[in-house]
Amino acid sequence: MKNVFLTVKENRPLTNDFYKMVLEGECSGHTAGMFVNIKLQDFTLRRPFGIADADNHSITLLYKVVGLGTKYMTTLQNGVIIDVLTCLGNGFNLGKASKPLLIGGGTGIAPLFKLAKELKSKYPNIILGFRTHEDVCMIHEFSEFGNVHVTTDDGSYGYKGNVLSYLKSTGIVYDYYYACGPLVMLKNLTSIDKNGELSLESRMGCGFGACMGCSIKTKSGYKRVCKEGPVFNASEVIFDEQT
Amino acid sequence: MNRLEVELLGKKLKNPIIPASGTFGFGYEFAEYYDINILGSIALKGTTLHPRYGNPLPRVAECKSGMINAIGLQNPGADQVISTELVKLKKAYRDKAIINIGGHSFNDYIDTAKKFNGISNIWAVELNISCPNVEGGGMAFGTNPLIIKELTSAVKRVITNPLIVKLSPNVTSIQDMAIAAEEGGADAISLINTLVGMRIDLKTGKPIISVKSGGYSGVGVFPIAIRMIYAVSSCVKIPVIGMGGISNAREVLEAMYAGAHAVMIGTQNLIDPYACQSIINELPDVMDQLSIRNIRDIIRRSI
Repeated sequence: MKNVFLTVKENRPLTNDFYKMVLEGECSGHTAGMFVNIKLQDFTLRRPFGIADADNHSITLLYKVVGLGTKYMTTLQNGVIIDVLTCLGNGFNLGKASKPLLIGGGTGIAPLFKLAKELKSKYPNIILGFRTHEDVCMIHEFSEFGNVHVTTDDGSYGYKGNVLSYLKSTGIVYDYYYACGPLVMLKNLTSIDKNGELSLESRMGCGFGACMGCSIKTKSGYKRVCKEGPVFNASEVIFDEQT
Repeated sequence: MNRLEVELLGKKLKNPIIPASGTFGFGYEFAEYYDINILGSIALKGTTLHPRYGNPLPRVAECKSGMINAIGLQNPGADQVISTELVKLKKAYRDKAIINIGGHSFNDYIDTAKKFNGISNIWAVELNISCPNVEGGGMAFGTNPLIIKELTSAVKRVITNPLIVKLSPNVTSIQDMAIAAEEGGADAISLINTLVGMRIDLKTGKPIISVKSGGYSGVGVFPIAIRMIYAVSSCVKIPVIGMGGISNAREVLEAMYAGAHAVMIGTQNLIDPYACQSIINELPDVMDQLSIRNIRDIIRRSI
């Protein structure tokens, strides 16, 4: 973890409620799957976001407007300096797959972007699921790194259905998957196949392991999404019954 | 001469800054961020006799001036705290820490507290009778003066370290609770724990916290804490450790004016992992501005 001050260099909508933000400054040390935790003026708790991309000098975030905090984020102009905790969490295990499959649902596509970039040489299959055509984005960008398959719940773009029904109905060949998306998607995915890893989202207090606000049950005891995660082996996670 | 030094229960602290239980884990993980040996002491994560997973998620909800938490005392249990967590702490922290203990019954508290007798890096026990997030015990004990007195005395009898009783603000008369703890044999009082609060998600129409309500903390509770630190310091002879929404050096001094011999920093650690370090660094300048030579001279100044 590092506490740095980063400058907003780009902040624009990709769809109605899904934004891209680029932050510049001391950004070294990120691997795919890590997250950052952003302090917003007048909000008590920081906001955690999986990094969509990063190099030594910049971080790209893809965020959805879901509440007052993210709504406020959309108003940040280029040049604004924000307080960020960087290099949080464990990140994906890149060495596991020779034929990788990436599965992203909704905002869950964000952390898969840097992963896709780093797995480019293996030309991964990438399934991106959205509710409807208005939410579809980043297809062109992902296509640079792998074979992209798009699903929408209402069939208004690509395959009609969710990412799992698509996976079941097609013969995509893969030996290991990386998934990020709604909990119910991840839970159902693990009931089909446990040979992969999941990036989990959680409401967090601190984001760096101090408060136990985001603990989940795993086969080897409770683990903090922010510290031992956010990436977990699919076979490890115990999903709550209500999921 | 260290102008930040204070004495608490016969122990000299480098400064009055102690991270509050539940906001600093078992301490050692913060050693990744800064040298935790600069701290006055450390209050460790609430520990129970047996391991506890805690409450279902969501456990946290944000508020304008603070947050609600309902962690539910997640901890690996006293035995593992001693065999693993305290061993890791020892490698990162040369001084002794304060163990915070929780429970559901008198026996839970007694059996847990006893386990920390003779543990080399523990110097005091903080009795958590004010946690709003566990069923039975916790706050149910800490809002009844008769139980406070009896439990304090039962735990005091079996432990060899000083006993700090942590009080809940969710009471009609905080003085009555403090006097009960003092009569039960408490060596010090720490306050305030969190205030019971609730937030509702307007989209789902349901409380955000899985167990509906939780403990409200953060900058919004500071004036309530000051008033209660003042009230308790005015009516007991044992030292008071003040906490509740403290986020900077000026507020540390305010809590000490109100009677605190030392202070605990809680929620601010979750927002800024370097909070305690920043406050310690900031204190001398703020003291200069107020012409305070030694911080111990201001304890109870306003009473």
